[in-house]
Amino acid sequence: MFADLFNPETLQEAWEIICTEFPLALWETFYVTVLATAFAIIIGLPLGILVVVGEKGGVLPIPRWILSVVNFIINVMRSIPFLILMILVFPLTRALIGTTIGTVASIVPLVIAAFPFVARLVEGCLREVNPNIIEMAQSTGASPLQIICKVMLPESVPSLISNFTVAITTILGYSAMSGIIGGGGLGKIAINYGYYRYKYLVMFLAVIVLVILVQVFQTVGTRLAVNTDKRLKNQAGRRHRDQAE
Amino acid sequence: MIEIRNVSKTFNTSGGPVDALKNVNLSIEDGDIFGIIGMSGAGKSTLVRCINMLERPTEGQIMVDNVDLGSLSVKELRAQRHDITMIFQGFNLLMQKTCLKNVMFPLELQGVKKAEAKKKALELLDIVGLLDKAKAYPAQLSGGQQQRVAIARAMTTNPKVLLCDEATSALDPNTTNSILELIKDLNKRLGITVVVITHQMSVVESICRHVAILDHGVVVEQGAVEDVFAHPKSDAAKNLVFPEGKTQVLNVGNQAEHFIRVVYNGANAAGRPMIARLAIEKGIEANISYASTKGISGKAFGTILLSISGTDSDVKDAIEYLTQEPGIEAEEVQVNVC
Repeated sequence: MFADLFNPETLQEAWEIICTEFPLALWETFYVTVLATAFAIIIGLPLGILVVVGEKGGVLPIPRWILSVVNFIINVMRSIPFLILMILVFPLTRALIGTTIGTVASIVPLVIAAFPFVARLVEGCLREVNPNIIEMAQSTGASPLQIICKVMLPESVPSLISNFTVAITTILGYSAMSGIIGGGGLGKIAINYGYYRYKYLVMFLAVIVLVILVQVFQTVGTRLAVNTDKRLKNQAGRRHRDQAE
Repeated sequence: MIEIRNVSKTFNTSGGPVDALKNVNLSIEDGDIFGIIGMSGAGKSTLVRCINMLERPTEGQIMVDNVDLGSLSVKELRAQRHDITMIFQGFNLLMQKTCLKNVMFPLELQGVKKAEAKKKALELLDIVGLLDKAKAYPAQLSGGQQQRVAIARAMTTNPKVLLCDEATSALDPNTTNSILELIKDLNKRLGITVVVITHQMSVVESICRHVAILDHGVVVEQGAVEDVFAHPKSDAAKNLVFPEGKTQVLNVGNQAEHFIRVVYNGANAAGRPMIARLAIEKGIEANISYASTKGISGKAFGTILLSISGTDSDVKDAIEYLTQEPGIEAEEVQVNVC
């Protein structure tokens, strides 16, 4: 299988594919991932907030059955394998995009797969907020909405950022899978050239580019999370000194 | 004026109902510094949370300036909470915001204009002595400094009442004193009513004018600090006032048969060699098992535990002799009670 991986002919061929296909594929992977993550956050963030503040003893308790339904839906959607989910959401994709095939169409199943995941991540972040600080806000006369917007979310920004970084790298992995239903990007190249046409070198290179992309997302995300976290004494101290100078 | 009328609070836990407060009655005058003291689990924190309705009493009423807080709507209650603010053991600052933003927080909630809120916040940071830390984050401050920021935050809405929930329990003695001085100063300058929840005797002694002792959800004693501390009646009060008593007595050994607790008011008795004169004039030898003097509300108070290995009549004579002095009280006590 790998015997002729590095003979001149294969290298020549791979180089041509890289030059012609990779730039577009990289761009497709990038925007599909970013857009899907953005939409997943738009839907998942409020859901995650709802699950935390809506429970009994929470900031804004809602009827228990609503909470149970929301939790059930999130759990069900998280249980469906992505490959199956892509096919299951075809009708929705068609209704929204007009087609089920192509790069843009692949964003729909990605969002559907990712928002319950994001909701759970957000839930975890918000549960970490010190309950005493929430009590402080209540004793100061804050309304539930103010507690959510001015206390819970701002206090958990660093952990939200690092969790969204986890989400974006996971979604990047899923987006590669959507090559199967005609979604574009590096995943499509890896499958079409590498798997179907036995051009393993191309497949490996596509994977390497994906790895680099994950590294970039992770590095940027971690750095952002650390830089925004004012609980870290040294970090905050350095910043404070910098400002003073 | 805060009136706590017949307040009971029962928590339904998995282990059955727990009565945190049982029929508590207190009234706190405007401008007072009122201490509520008790051991852990006595219900102090529940009681203070009833005063601003973070916990709703199961029974009874909380009246603040003749308004029954229980009858207020959620919205009215939130407005009321700008008048009754609170500081905490854990400071509870917003860790991702600067000190200035923390102090501005209550005004931000009220929708006060930013420039105005900032001006007020800087004023208060100046009062608590942390103007230079306005741009610092809480993580960069010491515990005492964080509590000062919390106090500044609690004062931004010009409240009538400041609730202090174990506000100095996480601080070292020196810092505790400086925070207590600050609270005392605010009380004096602004006339704000302060309710202090604590398990530390020293806190009550140094700033409170009135005190209530809470034991297992019941107010066992209340009154002016010097009265309650000079004549503790309940076991809970005795334990708090003489925490060292028990261990000291145990060290005395078993020759002593009788113990006399002497409480004196420093105004009359300080400087007189009472024990020596007791020996000279009455021939009764008394051993000092425990002694402590404290300054409470500007007056000196002392407690001495004497052990006497004599007859019952010796003890009677000794008590008679000691109580001749004005401002001195003496009574025979059991070893295990102190």
